[in-house]
Amino acid sequence: MNNQTIPGKVGSFIRRLTFWKAVFILIVAAGVYATIVRFTFGLGAATHLSDSFPWGLWIGFDVLCGVGLAAGGFVVAAAVYIFHLDDYKAIARPAILTAFLGYVLVVVALLFDLGRPWNIWHPLVMWNPHSVMFEVAWCVMLYTTVLALEFSPMLLERLKMHKAVEIVHRIIIPLVILGVMLSSLHQSSLGSLYLIMPEKVYPLWYTGNLPFLFFLSAIAVGPAMVIIESFLSYRAYHREIEMHILSRLGKVTAVALAVYLVLRVEDMINYHLGAYLLTFNLEGLLYWAEIIVGVITPIIMLAIPKIRASKQGLFYSAVFVVSGFVLNRMDVSITSLVRHYGVNYFPSWMEISITVMIVALGFAGFALASKYLAVFPEESQSKAHVHPGVYEIVVLDGDVQPRRARVGN
Amino acid sequence: MKKQVGILIDTTLCIGCMACEQACAERWDFPQSDVHELSCKKNTVVQQWGETYVPRLCMHCENPACASVCPVGALHKTSVGPVVYDENKCIGCRYCVQACPFQIPKYQWNSPNPKVTKCDMCFERIEHGKQPACVEACPAQARIFGYRDDLIEEARKRIRSNPKNYVQHIFGETEVGGTSTIYLANVDFAKLGLPGNLPERALPKYTWDIMEKIPDYFVWGSTLMAGFWWLTNRKKKVAEYEKQLKVVKPSNGDGSISQRAEGGNNE
Repeated sequence: MNNQTIPGKVGSFIRRLTFWKAVFILIVAAGVYATIVRFTFGLGAATHLSDSFPWGLWIGFDVLCGVGLAAGGFVVAAAVYIFHLDDYKAIARPAILTAFLGYVLVVVALLFDLGRPWNIWHPLVMWNPHSVMFEVAWCVMLYTTVLALEFSPMLLERLKMHKAVEIVHRIIIPLVILGVMLSSLHQSSLGSLYLIMPEKVYPLWYTGNLPFLFFLSAIAVGPAMVIIESFLSYRAYHREIEMHILSRLGKVTAVALAVYLVLRVEDMINYHLGAYLLTFNLEGLLYWAEIIVGVITPIIMLAIPKIRASKQGLFYSAVFVVSGFVLNRMDVSITSLVRHYGVNYFPSWMEISITVMIVALGFAGFALASKYLAVFPEESQSKAHVHPGVYEIVVLDGDVQPRRARVGN
Repeated sequence: MKKQVGILIDTTLCIGCMACEQACAERWDFPQSDVHELSCKKNTVVQQWGETYVPRLCMHCENPACASVCPVGALHKTSVGPVVYDENKCIGCRYCVQACPFQIPKYQWNSPNPKVTKCDMCFERIEHGKQPACVEACPAQARIFGYRDDLIEEARKRIRSNPKNYVQHIFGETEVGGTSTIYLANVDFAKLGLPGNLPERALPKYTWDIMEKIPDYFVWGSTLMAGFWWLTNRKKKVAEYEKQLKVVKPSNGDGSISQRAEGGNNE
């Protein structure tokens, strides 16, 4: 704007090209290449999937983890709208936005993974209520719609469509209830997917409790993701951290993890896993990593008030929870099947690059939304909450660089 | 229910001539090949395990996992027995490939418009009163086609009349709830590449245990959530009302505070 040393659009583009933007462009370029290969030559050309390993990274990470990491949306929505825990209102919008973006990206990942993605609408009219995948399909479709509606006020406010905002507010309670039911069904159904393979899944991960374990771990990881996201946006946008709210979210995670741990111990006993637990093969080691890193460590950390109340302590506890969660989903979907199929699966670079592209698009979507929409309502709405200090003023039109300014006294 | 058909495979009779493989390839218009592994270009094969030739094809389970997991019903068990596939419904999720306990469904990995391929017991031929192509081609009668009940009877008879020649088990009679393709052998079936750790319970039941609870869960869960909403909403309203009551009390009645109480309404 002010120094036109390199003229024209290219010049202004290069000047604004920061390191992370360059990385983003590289990621998308690799992803686009892989996309072309995938849709021109088929899944076999782009992935390491085969008849002996039909589901890989895209189902294991993009879908199973993606849906789980979006769980913050329904947990916080339920807290705010159903349990009237008004304190959580401040984080409701970012949580719902994340969930919405998460689900959109899961659908994108499914379009890559499905062999015939143009038939993705078939479950609408061709029913098989015995299929867990049928349930998954319906949950994805309905809950994405619900999330779009829950998210819509952020967009509609920006477009000044106040009538529409009013309508959404009027139906928000049934909408949130529907959302809670659908997402709890969806979270658990992703675990149910593996129930039909008792002879294939490695004993450490096969249990009738799979749907309940998936649901509980989603409840634990949802708030953990909200915590991480709050910290990241705190660093990126110099926002304030609502520590009192986040600490309490940490408690929710700890309680959900504790119940989860009880169920897993129950499985150890009911399914006589002793011998497997003491076999330190790949499966055994990964299993222990899940339990120790992803469950026991964060429970202990979050149980200590001092850690829970400190920014760093809370952040790292959440990182442990999320790592354990991702490890668990990868174990159930990939590790647990390797021995049965007798093949080693490791994703191809194209599989990885598409996954990375989808994640990068998610970050970009979140950044754009929080730049242009009132995602963090306390900044745009009530002045009463503004504390003196350094704030970032985001100018909504034109390509003016964000500036910092002093607000308050 | 109609009487179910099936195929009885007596591995003690198979001579490994591969005539069935050829007939099958002709029936499906697949290229002939010497690779004896099921693939998207091979719906039946003969494999050698030690001294024994083992013909493999879809087991056509009584309660098939593949049909149960298919979200769009692209796979289904016909009323007479064969499990068939409708490519026009398929969305390509490959849950059938993942769920099949015998690893039968194969996938066209290198096609941009892929199908699942598997044996359909020559359903069209059966409907026209013919035998499956592989059965017809078999010179040693190692595969015979007929009603499943009759085939089990025949298998029992063979075991009874020649107990030294057979292990005392008909593979597929009870495995995963029973299959329409059944096997006889003179060595342990696990040594012939057939899975040895299968439960007798039909696999779809493991899923149905959970799935059948969903309608109840949905009704109860939504009601419970609505109840929680009502309770907490009421609690909030009562709290606001009580606050207002305090304001109205003459001792500390004050207009500005009651205004605040009004402003406390939720959105």
